[in-house]
Amino acid sequence: MEWFARLGRSTLQGLAGLGRAAYLLVGALVARPQLKNIPLTIRQMYVVGVQSLLIIIVSGAFIGMVLALQAYTVLVDYGAEESLGPMVALSLLRELGPVVTALLFAGRAGSALTAEIGLMKATEQLSSLEMMAVDPLRRIIAPRLWAGVISMPMLAIIFSAVGILGGQVVGVDWLGVDSGSYWSVMQAAVEFDEDIMNGVIKSLVFAFVVTWIAVFRGYDSVPTSEGISQATTQTVVYSSLAVLGLDFVLTALMFGTH
Amino acid sequence: MEDLVSVDNLTFSRGDRLIYQDISLRLRKGKTTAIMGPSGIGKTTLLKLIGGQLRPDSGDIRFKGESIPGMGRKRLFEVRRQMSMLFQSGALFTDISVFDNVAYPLREHTNLSEQLIRLLVLMKLQAVGLRGAAAMMPSELSGGMARRAALARAIALDPELIMYDEPFAGQDPISMGVLVKLIKELNDALSLTSVVVTHDVTEVMSIADYVYILADKQIIGEGTPEQIRSHQSPLVQQFLLGRADGPVPFHYPAENIAQQLLENY
Ligand SMILES: Nc1ncnc2c1ncn2[C@@H]1O[C@H](COP(=O)(O)OP(=O)(O)O)[C@@H](O)[C@H]1O
Ligand SMILES: [Mg+2]
Repeated sequence: MEWFARLGRSTLQGLAGLGRAAYLLVGALVARPQLKNIPLTIRQMYVVGVQSLLIIIVSGAFIGMVLALQAYTVLVDYGAEESLGPMVALSLLRELGPVVTALLFAGRAGSALTAEIGLMKATEQLSSLEMMAVDPLRRIIAPRLWAGVISMPMLAIIFSAVGILGGQVVGVDWLGVDSGSYWSVMQAAVEFDEDIMNGVIKSLVFAFVVTWIAVFRGYDSVPTSEGISQATTQTVVYSSLAVLGLDFVLTALMFGTH
Repeated sequence: MEDLVSVDNLTFSRGDRLIYQDISLRLRKGKTTAIMGPSGIGKTTLLKLIGGQLRPDSGDIRFKGESIPGMGRKRLFEVRRQMSMLFQSGALFTDISVFDNVAYPLREHTNLSEQLIRLLVLMKLQAVGLRGAAAMMPSELSGGMARRAALARAIALDPELIMYDEPFAGQDPISMGVLVKLIKELNDALSLTSVVVTHDVTEVMSIADYVYILADKQIIGEGTPEQIRSHQSPLVQQFLLGRADGPVPFHYPAENIAQQLLENY
């Protein structure tokens, strides 16, 4: 009986949390767009986007290189080295680009967003905005949410592009796959709608979910040092799980019917 | 005399915990009212109730006769432009300079030109003695300076009501003196209505026109500082004189010490 009560309680708490998260989203997004928010959003895009560039580029390069190396060792046994280009490109565009970018973004930018907003709450900056008749959902949450949603797909595209170049460094320059076939077979195999757009859509969904989790965890955090550290951890754990779970669902919807 | 704010039969609880049981108080226009009480009694909560950030369980809070809990969000935001609150931590925005902090409410709520804003900000900073610190970032300020900068921001829009949450907490004697003087001067010069929430008895008794003392979910004493000093209630006297033991016991309720120490033998 005890566990039943506990189950009920945690279900209710979970639902209440979802309700608060939805309220935050509506408050931040349904608000009539304000001109003043545009510079704030651009500034946040610099913080979450531009400052994540280095880790995205470095990771993209290594992932592309590893992909090429792994794929080559398999393909060469079948004499199918010319398939290396599409192999690397499709893995990156469809799967690794959006997913790894989202995971890195959650760790690099999401946790920082949560901690920043949590600290604003703890130091009464959010209350202070409220008392100045400024809605913190519009002024603090909305620009960060938009910045995340706009930045992450761009980061994912950069990740994939750098990865493909990394694949060429290993595949063509090092392992000796013909440069012409690496690029031309890739161009023939990759379709704009099917591969590139689906990857971008995935990335948009991940961007939305990860940024939402990050700002909500911060906004809803218990404003103590313990509460903020907990919220930061939760952001990384929840967003990673959400990304991996959603990736399966989206992949099944997009590519599962073939 | 006219009341700017009146709190009537307010009851408020956080979760299962009752914070206020049926309290009433009023803030008279143009006066400085002090609300004193031990830490954790709910002083910050009271200010947030007045500011409409929290809603009472029952009872009413009126600002110029208009019920705050009854207001819609839009009206509440309009009314909040006439009040301002100095938070315990100062609550300066850490990512912008002192100047921009003070300019923030002006840029947010007025269409004044940058030139005029600059003029106003420098005047407010001058009033709190921090004109020279305009370009500094909040992290570079000492505790006392941060609170004065926050005070400049709080008066930027010339509010009618200003609420101070523990303005003296954690201040050295000099900045404490500066703050006491500032609160007094601002109240007189700008014909503000001030409410100071604190547990620093001596400082606030010197500037308050009227004092309320909170304890145990209720108001246990009120009056002018003179009336309070000669108040009959032993609880009030214990609080004023800072006695460790009295009606508020030094010991948190516990079982008999002899018994507890011997328990494991
Ligand atoms: N956000 C909150 N959620 C739940 N309880 C709170 C919250 N803020 C304060 N409290 C509790 O309410 C009581 C009154 O708090 P507060 O008004 O901050 O007291 P004071 O300002 O007099 O020190 C405290 O016991 C505190 O633990
Ligand atoms: Mg307090």
